[in-house]
Amino acid sequence: MTNTPGQPTPALQSPEDTIREASHGSRLDPWTQSYAQRTAGMTTSEIRALFAVASRPEVVSLAGGMPYLSALPMDTVAATVAQMLATQGLTALQYGSGQGDPTLREQILEVMALEGISAHADDVVVTTGSQQALDLVTRIFIDPGDVVLAEAPSYVGALGVFASYQAYVAHVASDDDGLVPQALEDRINELLASGKRIKFLYTVPNFHNPAGTTLSLQRRPQILEICQRHDILVLEDNPYGLLGFEGDPPAAMRSMSDEGVVYLGTFSKTFAPGLRVGWALAPHAVREKLVLASESAILCPSAYAQMTVSAYLATCDWKGQIKVYRELYRERRDAMVESLGALLPQASWTHPEGGFYVWLTLPEGLNAKAMLPRAITERVAYVPGTAFFADGTGHRHVRLSYCYPEPDRIREGVRRFAGVVQSELELLETFGPYDVTAGRTTPSRSVQSPTPDLS
Amino acid sequence: MRHVLVLAGGLSHERDVSLRSGRRVADALSRSGVEVHVRDVDQTLVDAIKSSPPEVVWPVLHGATGEDGALRDVLTSLGIAYVGSRPASCHLTWDKPVAKALLAAAGISTPAGVALSHATFRELGAPALLESVVDSLGLPLAVKPTRGGSALGLTIVRSAADLPSAMIAAYAYGDIALIEQFIAGTEVALSIVEDEHGHARSLPAVEIVPDGGVYSYEARYTAGATEFFTPARLSSSAAESAAAASLTAYRTLGHRHLSRVDLIIDADERPWFLEANVSPGMTETSLFPMAIEAAGLETSGVYAGIVERALTIN
Repeated sequence: MTNTPGQPTPALQSPEDTIREASHGSRLDPWTQSYAQRTAGMTTSEIRALFAVASRPEVVSLAGGMPYLSALPMDTVAATVAQMLATQGLTALQYGSGQGDPTLREQILEVMALEGISAHADDVVVTTGSQQALDLVTRIFIDPGDVVLAEAPSYVGALGVFASYQAYVAHVASDDDGLVPQALEDRINELLASGKRIKFLYTVPNFHNPAGTTLSLQRRPQILEICQRHDILVLEDNPYGLLGFEGDPPAAMRSMSDEGVVYLGTFSKTFAPGLRVGWALAPHAVREKLVLASESAILCPSAYAQMTVSAYLATCDWKGQIKVYRELYRERRDAMVESLGALLPQASWTHPEGGFYVWLTLPEGLNAKAMLPRAITERVAYVPGTAFFADGTGHRHVRLSYCYPEPDRIREGVRRFAGVVQSELELLETFGPYDVTAGRTTPSRSVQSPTPDLS
Repeated sequence: MRHVLVLAGGLSHERDVSLRSGRRVADALSRSGVEVHVRDVDQTLVDAIKSSPPEVVWPVLHGATGEDGALRDVLTSLGIAYVGSRPASCHLTWDKPVAKALLAAAGISTPAGVALSHATFRELGAPALLESVVDSLGLPLAVKPTRGGSALGLTIVRSAADLPSAMIAAYAYGDIALIEQFIAGTEVALSIVEDEHGHARSLPAVEIVPDGGVYSYEARYTAGATEFFTPARLSSSAAESAAAASLTAYRTLGHRHLSRVDLIIDADERPWFLEANVSPGMTETSLFPMAIEAAGLETSGVYAGIVERALTIN
C-alpha cells in the first residue's frame, strides 16, 4: 500500500534523519492507481453532504424526488402481493426471463397505448427501473468520446450514466416549449463539422425533470425529422407522461416514429419506485442487444417485483390511482407556484403542467450552489442547477420539487427560500458581481445531487 | 460493561461527517467490550437520557451545537459525564480568531489575519475594505468562516479579483469570515490524547499532502484524494516544536481528553497555528484515527481509554 514517496523539502530534513525517509505516503486507498478512467467523477462533494441535513424533519426539503406514496391504498396493495405470492410464489421467487415477464410486457403495451404508442410485446425489455434501461442503452451505443445530445438542463441521473460511459454530453438550447429545433440542427452541424460522432438525443419530453417544461406537440415531429436525417437515435425517457394536470397525455414521440426512437417507461411515479420496475421499448435489433446487455448486468429483472406490478395492474384500479396522484400533485404545484408568485417577484420560473418540478431562475449574479449552505442553515433544501448540466454551468438555476411535502410545508419552504434569496441579494449588493468559478476547489464532475431516498 | 451513548448527526453542515465518525467510534468501542448506543441529537434526546441515563456520553458531533459547548452545558445540567472539552474551552476553540489570539499570547505563531462580518463590509464598502486587507496582509490569503470545520467555505485566494467570491463562499456558512495570510509549508495535524494520569500526549504528526494543493472537503473525505505521511516528514527538531506547539494549544485552550491541532511548519521549521478541534473527525479517512495507527495503537483501545478518562474526572 505504498506510493512513490514525495520529495522531502531539503530545508526540513537533516542528513542524519535517514529513518524518516523510509516513511511512505499513504492514500488510505490501495487502489488509486487501479480504478478505471470512467470513475473520474465518483467523488464526495460538499453539496452531497449538505443533503444529509435535508433529511431532518426541521428542514423543509424541496430537493427530493420521492413520490407521495401515502396516497396508495396500502391494504389493497398488501393483499394483492400476498395473493400473488400464495398462488404464484414459485415463479415469483425464481430466476425469470432476461427480457422480463411476458404477462407484464403485454400489460405495458396497455399503459403505453394511453400515449398513442402501438407496439409488440416482443420489443419490450423490462429493467430494474428505467434508470437501468438508460444505462443499458448507453452501454450498447456509447464508446468513450461519443456524443450524446441532451436538453439544457437535463436529468441528473442520465448525466451520471453518460459520464460513467465517458460520453461527451452536448447540451442543446431549450425554452418553455422544450428543445428548440433550430438549436438542435445548429448544434448537430457544429459537432459533425468538428468530426464528432453523435449517437443519440436524450430527451424527457413531458413535464421535464428538472425543467418542468413539455416539448410542444408541434415540435415533436420536427425533432424526429432532424434526428432521422442525421441518423441520430432518439432516446425518449417518459416517467411523468401520465401525470399531467390538464387533459390527455401528450402523444409520445415513439407514437410518431417506430424505428428512430427507443422509449423508456417506468412504474416509479404511477405506482411505486421501490419495486424498481421500468422498461425500454426498442426496435427489434436494438432490443436483442438490450436483452443480452441486461442479462450480463443483472441476469434477469426481479420476478417478484414484476409480478407484483402485474398483479396490481390486473386487479387494482391503476388508472384511478393515477388520477389520485395527479390531483394531489396539482394541489402541490399550485401551492408552490402561488407562493413563489407572492414571495419571489425578483425570480422567474417555469410553470409545470404536470410532474414534480419547478425550474427557477435566480436574479442575476446569484449562485445557487454557493447559496445552498445558507439555505440549509435557514432549514430549506433545493437542488442547485449545476447538478443538471454536464458543462459546469447552471449556477443561476434551482430545481424545486413539490411532490412530497404537504402544501403548507411547501409554502413554508418557499418562504424560507425567499429569505435566503434576499440575504444573498444583500451580499451581492455588498460585494458586487463576481466570477462564480473563481478559485473554487470543487471540480464540477463530483456528485451534486441528493441520494434518491431524500424526500 | 460500560454503557456509552454516542451522539452523532445533528443539524450542522457537517452532519454527514458526524454520522460516519459516530459509527466508527461506536464500532471501535464495541470491539473493546463497551456497550454502545448511537443517537442523533433531536427533540427526543433529553427524554431518552433522563429515562435511561448512560454512564457517559460521547458527543461525536461536528459543527455548532456539538463543538461550541451548548450541548455539553445541557449534559452537565443533566448530571451526565461526557467525553471531551468543557463548554468554555469549546467556545474558545470553536471561534478561530479567539483561539488564535490566545495562542499568540502564549507565544505560538499564527498567520496574521482579520475577522470581518458582512455588516462591516456593508458599512465600510467592500472594494475599499478588500483593498486595504490585501495591502496589509498581501497574497495569497486563506478565507474561511470563523466558525466551522471540514474546510467548508474555505478558499485559497491567489489574486485580489478572487476575493469577493471567496467572501461570499465563506458567508454562506456563517456571519463572520476570517481572512488570513496563507503560509507555505508542510501541513500537519497533531492529535492529542491523555494518558491514565491525565497528562496530554501528542501522537505522531500526520503530514497532509492533498492532490489539489488544498485540504478541501473533497480532499478530506474522498479516499485516495490526499497523500498522508505518518510520521510527518519533519526533522526531529521540527517534529519536537510541532508537538510542543500542539501541547501548548491543548493547555492554553483548556482541552480535555482529546483534541487535534492543525499547524503549518514553514521552511524555517516554525510551527504556525491554524486551528484546533475539540471534536476531531473519526471517519475512515480522518486524521485522528490515522495518528493512533501511526503510534502503533488500536482505536478500540484508545477510545476505551478516553471513555475511562471521562469517568475518572467529571
